[in-house]
Amino acid sequence: MSNATNISPAKSRVEMRCQDAAERITNFKEVALGYSLEEAVSEAKRCIQCKKPRCVGGCPVEVPIPQFIAAIAEGNLDEAFRIIKSTNSLPAICGRVCPQEHQCEGQCVLNAKQNPVAIGRLERFVADHFIALDACGQMGEITCRLTDPNVKVACIGGGPSSITVAGYLAARGVKVTVFEALHEMGGVLVYGIPEFRLPKQGVVHKELNALTELGVEFKTNCVGGKTIRISDLFEQGYKAVFVGVGAGLPKFFGVPGENFNGVLSANEYLTRINLGRGYDFPNYDTPAYRGRNVTVFGAGNVAMDAARWALRLGAESVRIVYRRTKAEMPARKEELEHAEEEGVILTELVAPMEFHGDDKGNLKGVTLQVMELGEPDASGRRSPKPVEGKTTYLDTDLAVIALGTKANRVLLEETPELKLNKYGYIEVNEENETAIPNVFAGGDIVTGAATVILAMGAGRTAAKVIAKRIGVIED
Amino acid sequence: MPSKILHKKELIPGRTSLMVLDAPEIAAAAKPGNFVMLRVDEKGERFPLTIADTDKKNGTISIVFLVMGKSTAVLNSMKAGDSIADLCGPLGRATHIEKVGTVVCVGGGTGIAAMHHIAKGHHEAGNHVVAVIGARSADLLLFREELQSFCPEVLIATDDGSVGEKGLVTEVLAKRLTGDKNVKEVVAIGPVPMMNAVVKTVDPFGIKTTVSLNSMMVDGIGMCGACRVSVGGKTRFTCVDGPEFDGSQVDFAELTQRLASLKAQEKTSYDQYTCRCQSHE
Repeated sequence: MSNATNISPAKSRVEMRCQDAAERITNFKEVALGYSLEEAVSEAKRCIQCKKPRCVGGCPVEVPIPQFIAAIAEGNLDEAFRIIKSTNSLPAICGRVCPQEHQCEGQCVLNAKQNPVAIGRLERFVADHFIALDACGQMGEITCRLTDPNVKVACIGGGPSSITVAGYLAARGVKVTVFEALHEMGGVLVYGIPEFRLPKQGVVHKELNALTELGVEFKTNCVGGKTIRISDLFEQGYKAVFVGVGAGLPKFFGVPGENFNGVLSANEYLTRINLGRGYDFPNYDTPAYRGRNVTVFGAGNVAMDAARWALRLGAESVRIVYRRTKAEMPARKEELEHAEEEGVILTELVAPMEFHGDDKGNLKGVTLQVMELGEPDASGRRSPKPVEGKTTYLDTDLAVIALGTKANRVLLEETPELKLNKYGYIEVNEENETAIPNVFAGGDIVTGAATVILAMGAGRTAAKVIAKRIGVIED
Repeated sequence: MPSKILHKKELIPGRTSLMVLDAPEIAAAAKPGNFVMLRVDEKGERFPLTIADTDKKNGTISIVFLVMGKSTAVLNSMKAGDSIADLCGPLGRATHIEKVGTVVCVGGGTGIAAMHHIAKGHHEAGNHVVAVIGARSADLLLFREELQSFCPEVLIATDDGSVGEKGLVTEVLAKRLTGDKNVKEVVAIGPVPMMNAVVKTVDPFGIKTTVSLNSMMVDGIGMCGACRVSVGGKTRFTCVDGPEFDGSQVDFAELTQRLASLKAQEKTSYDQYTCRCQSHE
């Protein structure tokens, strides 16, 4: 790494290489290819090392950003990794799926020239370097004295928020058990986010393995509220419980014909493909739905993921159908750009009125209500309203509904002591503690569907409080 | 967490088997009406099976399955001592059981096994349980002795008349309901056409029929909606709102269509498996 000094700072943000669009829709491999050492060092040298860095304030898990970037600029990747890992258990994942444009990079002072430091890409570069060495646990070693082995903490749900709690506490010598309902750890990282954005074997499993090396115990096939109840966990000697069960229940439109075969939630579509490895059917047993003319309803990141999978599974046409316009789409710009490059068609200002099926109940088309934009609503986005009497018809044999989710009630129904807000999500105080003492919650089950990094931030907040409660010395 | 098969019994050779699985946590929490999700091996598909019995003392549950496709065929190729990759439960809402008087439990085919657990629950709650079971012939009739061990009445219908009445369970059921005002509830578990027919048979008697649905599921915990079913004109999720519903409100035609939605892929998977099995023999 000694030649890092010979690399000059990049003049503007260094682009990350990607698989070519025509090529990548014929495979399931990761689209973005990451930085080389030279690219990373030259990008790192663009950072002006602000005295009062705003980027850190934009990061829900408070990664010491200027410090790790300075280490990269010096070619000291060990140090860069140690700094990142001091607050972030899952850097290879965050470097890939965080909406940095709204967080760290959104706060970067170079943003004034639309040229923020590519913090996410740098984080990914550092994490990937250690993943390639199969050493992502190496820097996460226990930094505190071991606490009493009887002081143990349980996390219900195996997604980003719980994993963060586990990582934080395990690094401080606390015994943590994570209970996951599905057969594989990771939550949305595994069932929701596609292989081509976040490789499972190559990235997710490796970051989880690092936690296993720290002593975190993962128990799959354990449903909170069904297999185990919160009260059981306290009886078993757990001193605190973190609930990070995710949002869950998919929303549907409630229009006629929605139960025809071929109309499915994005959760079903993606879970079959991602968790079930349905893209590799029949080598794997879980079949994926394959459509010829696919319509995806919704315009968030999940909709983009579904549309891009449909292309990779051989669809002739894939359309994102949205009731507003491109400008209002909630998906990350990068995801939308990738989808369009790959050939996804955007159909704006329409909403489904009725799905139509053949005599066997299989979807064949959809009638759409034409919409127009009205006044801005509470969220500041111009709200769509129907153009009276104007409809269109679209042939489609697979409709994926990506409208978001509601609170999954499985754990909540079995735990009536948890207080819920008016949307059915768990109510917590500023320390992320629920109405039950020593039971904390975070992630989508508190906020409703949000991002991986916000869930991780919530987990970190709760973990700090739990650490104090159970008597772990703070560093 | 893999789960070990402690005991296997082929109830109908090559077609239907019973397995006793080591599952202490599930056994401790399971109630009649609950189901489990299974994944046979590392490349397997998750699928639901209703729990046929639990033994809380020994920490086991029993499952009974019909070989219908690749997953159940692979499961049936396993023997005592083998382990299945994943077992998750108990899932779904448990059967609502209270002491009401007489409850008639109707079971058809493999559904008799699932019905058995519910019948046992009603019996333990102090209800007079009448079991009505049916199959094509005597040798295909499951759980007859188990039911006879605690049900004061076990009525049988077979297509060929080899045991019990010759005919359908609905005929036996109608006869049994006629003139008995003490029957407070009918529970029906079996193939969709059978459950639909039971609902139609019971309706004129003004008695509630509870059915347990076998919708397709992916996760089994309310995440995906693959199992959605129309009940009273509203979409419900079988996995978290059911699996039991008021039969008179269920859209059975839609359920039948939805169960066929991946038929072609299921056939591909099964054909490839059986073909590979044969070439290895």
